[in-house]
Amino acid sequence: MPAHDVLIIGAGLAGQRAALAAAQAGATVAVLSKVHPVRSHSVAAAGGINAAIAVEDDWRSHAYDTVKGSDFLGDQDAIEVMCAEAPAEVLHLEHIGVTFHRDETGRLDLRAFGGASINRTAYVADITGQAILHVLYEQLLRFGDRIDRYEEWFTTSLIVDDGGCAGVVARDVRSGAMEVFAAKSVILACGGAGQCFKPTTNGLICTGDGMALAYRAGAPLMDMEMVQYHPTTLVENGFLITEGARGEGAHLLNADGERFMERYAPSKRELASRDVVSRAEQTEIDEGRGVGPDGRGIYLDITVVPRRRTLEALREIVNIGRDFAGVDITREPIVIRPGQHYVMGGVRTDVHGRTPLDGLYAAGEVACVSVHGGNRLGANSLLDTLIFGRRAGEHAAARAAGTRMPRVSRAPLHDDARRIEAILARPAGAGRRVSEIKEELGTTMNRHVAVFRDEGGLRTALDVVRRLREEAESAAVDDRGTVFNQDVLGAIELGCLLDCAEAMVVSALERRESRGAQFRTDFPRRDDAEWLKHITITRDGDGAPRIGYAPVTITRWEPEERRY
Amino acid sequence: MAEPIAFTLRLRRYDPESGDAPFWAEHTIELEPHRSILDGILQAKARFDGSIAIRCSCQAAICGSCGVRINGRPGLACNTRLRDALRDAPDGVIEVEPMGNMPVIKDLVVDMDAVHWKKIRRVTPWLVAEEDGLPEREHLVDRDSMVDVTQAMACIQCGACVSDCLSMEADPLFVGPAAAAKAYRFVADPRDTQQLERLRDLAEDPHGIYDCTHCFTCIDACPKGVAPMNQIMRLRRRAADDHGIVDRNNGERHEAAFATLVRDRGLLHEAELLPRSYGGDSWLGKFHPAAGRVLLSSLPVVTKALLRGKVRPRVAVAGERLPREDRRHVQRIFDTVEGRPERLELNLYLSGVDEDGAGAADRPPEGSETR
Repeated sequence: MPAHDVLIIGAGLAGQRAALAAAQAGATVAVLSKVHPVRSHSVAAAGGINAAIAVEDDWRSHAYDTVKGSDFLGDQDAIEVMCAEAPAEVLHLEHIGVTFHRDETGRLDLRAFGGASINRTAYVADITGQAILHVLYEQLLRFGDRIDRYEEWFTTSLIVDDGGCAGVVARDVRSGAMEVFAAKSVILACGGAGQCFKPTTNGLICTGDGMALAYRAGAPLMDMEMVQYHPTTLVENGFLITEGARGEGAHLLNADGERFMERYAPSKRELASRDVVSRAEQTEIDEGRGVGPDGRGIYLDITVVPRRRTLEALREIVNIGRDFAGVDITREPIVIRPGQHYVMGGVRTDVHGRTPLDGLYAAGEVACVSVHGGNRLGANSLLDTLIFGRRAGEHAAARAAGTRMPRVSRAPLHDDARRIEAILARPAGAGRRVSEIKEELGTTMNRHVAVFRDEGGLRTALDVVRRLREEAESAAVDDRGTVFNQDVLGAIELGCLLDCAEAMVVSALERRESRGAQFRTDFPRRDDAEWLKHITITRDGDGAPRIGYAPVTITRWEPEERRY
Repeated sequence: MAEPIAFTLRLRRYDPESGDAPFWAEHTIELEPHRSILDGILQAKARFDGSIAIRCSCQAAICGSCGVRINGRPGLACNTRLRDALRDAPDGVIEVEPMGNMPVIKDLVVDMDAVHWKKIRRVTPWLVAEEDGLPEREHLVDRDSMVDVTQAMACIQCGACVSDCLSMEADPLFVGPAAAAKAYRFVADPRDTQQLERLRDLAEDPHGIYDCTHCFTCIDACPKGVAPMNQIMRLRRRAADDHGIVDRNNGERHEAAFATLVRDRGLLHEAELLPRSYGGDSWLGKFHPAAGRVLLSSLPVVTKALLRGKVRPRVAVAGERLPREDRRHVQRIFDTVEGRPERLELNLYLSGVDEDGAGAADRPPEGSETR
């Protein structure tokens, strides 16, 4: 049985950063990921990473922008940690090889991004996530003698012993073999749950596995109602068009050709925070000023950006426009709309990445520190993964030095093997197909748990989610094999998605106010007296979600009305 | 928006547990023509057969998971439109099979670790910066140098170029297009301290940069415009022109002989190429022992070519020569290119123009890598 000081589940930016930090601190480390590390969804982050690097910038300004962006739901102690440590982290990335674009003097160039009071986003064209992820993987290879890599291993459950996390059970995707991994600490770094929605900008692998694993092991989820809709996703298929486009100066136009953001956010316009811009777009669409098929879209006009600059710095969306929408974005506007992009909520952690479950850490989108509160600023997600990935790795390594390796039995392996056998043994044709259930979940969530919400819609969504959970119990799979059986893993992922979706809907119903990404048309005001607090969801003994609350930490900035 | 229409996909299936040979399975799916091959496969998987295996995630050509062969050509399933694939399908059925040059694990899933990643690991794939004396802040580097390496950084490690690399088919040990592009990313990075060592290593390796036959297949295959072959040529130019590396495999001399022959005669003279590759341009070079050995070993091929009428004996010995006027044109091209004070290299991130001219090429390339 493999045993490591620190075992990391997921190998995106948070996971790889955690692994490198833990190895650096002298711990034995393994990274286990259901996909090859460079396929992790961090790869899709386009626009950049925020850090107060500029001489005229100050991390407190970055922190304030983040607090304001979060609609004052973010925990300010955590935000201060993230923003204060950001410049050193970005410089570290530069030192290990990230090819950040430069200005004429050879220093890091910084671009404008939403909700920021100054240009503070470092970038590599519009492939920043890819560029950083690949460099971290280079480092993982470089320190290959100190970091064991289990690529294409799917984690089926966390092992909880004596009230703490002692390892995991996982399945080798390639061979179907099951294995128990013992560990002094486990760090969840396996990303978000965007596949609860359809469409979404998230990859097919973003199935909320980590949130579900933690939730089932007894750790609380927090801020799960806070689901970000990105203002610019391609109307055809929901692909992400980077906020970098607006950072470079692109305009949003309605059917009248009006630059409508001037009405909603007179000073920041297109670069207001994402919740504000998405809501404005949806309002324009709902009031009949949309464009494109059935008036369901908004024009994003990139032609105002100099063509040469677009080709150099927004290359990826030039390709996306050409390949997926048949549009040359340097010559004509493209039609976009708000689309599900990010989950601010996740497994509750402190600033060291520790969850309330002893020995279990979380970092990145799977976690909720909470630095994003009600709404994440663009280019803060890469930062979140790296800062808290590193901090979790360091803390877990330090903890390992004073902890004995837990003795783990193989019983959990047999439980999970039986669970998989049971899925394989379901009679074919008896129930609905996994794909159908997933499709209904996605369209339901996108309809009722989107930019605008109300009690009626949320109740409908909750009923659907609970019905789907029952249906998922009997959903049969076609593949009965062991080698690369994606079918059976899909059935397990569906269960994770349903757990996450339930937590999202229950939290959204509970929060009877509008804050950040949660806009309740039946409670359209922010209500600090009642709701300046986090909602937590813990799994009850009988499997039902139990609602709790956690205070919001305020250090310097008292809540005020948000204006952009 | 377009209405869904029916497309038939013919998928290459292989189940290692069944004991059966690979086989083809056809599924008819219904989607709008602008949707992707991956959308089609996912629909077949969802509706008809959940056991179809394909790696996929982002569906937007950035995660690099879904490299396959479509109608015999490598690419990503997610950024190939059904409409376009149908146009290339000889019998109206879109054929999808696993990538080549790599062992198949199941259906469309290949073992990238056994080939692709092994080659990536071969090129010391990380920045070797100054160990002590890291700058307090960022390294100060030329703006264009970072934009230049962005092209190689844009590689998503999908394996499409490896799949159809002809040199690798002939020599499985060839470092290959993806790993070479990765190597260029460090060689061209002003922060790297091992540029000479990297170049010497890849030039001296008999399976290194001179193993590429310049066939352009990887440029066509790459869904991200990385143009791996161009990165290989850049590595060669840096090795030969900038560092004067003359490798023991005669790669550098072979390339030089090639260029001299074309410059002098307007056309390649193959009988001359071999001795010159070993002995250089002097007349005596023909008697270089290595040239003799290689000539001897290639006699069977030469004989076969003669017997099958692929070469005429007179041309084989004397070579062909363009008329004087045409020769002058060719020489003028050489003079213009070599007469430039700086080497001009195209890079789509710098110039905004795809190197194969397929993209937004509506103006002459103006960008350059100038050093």
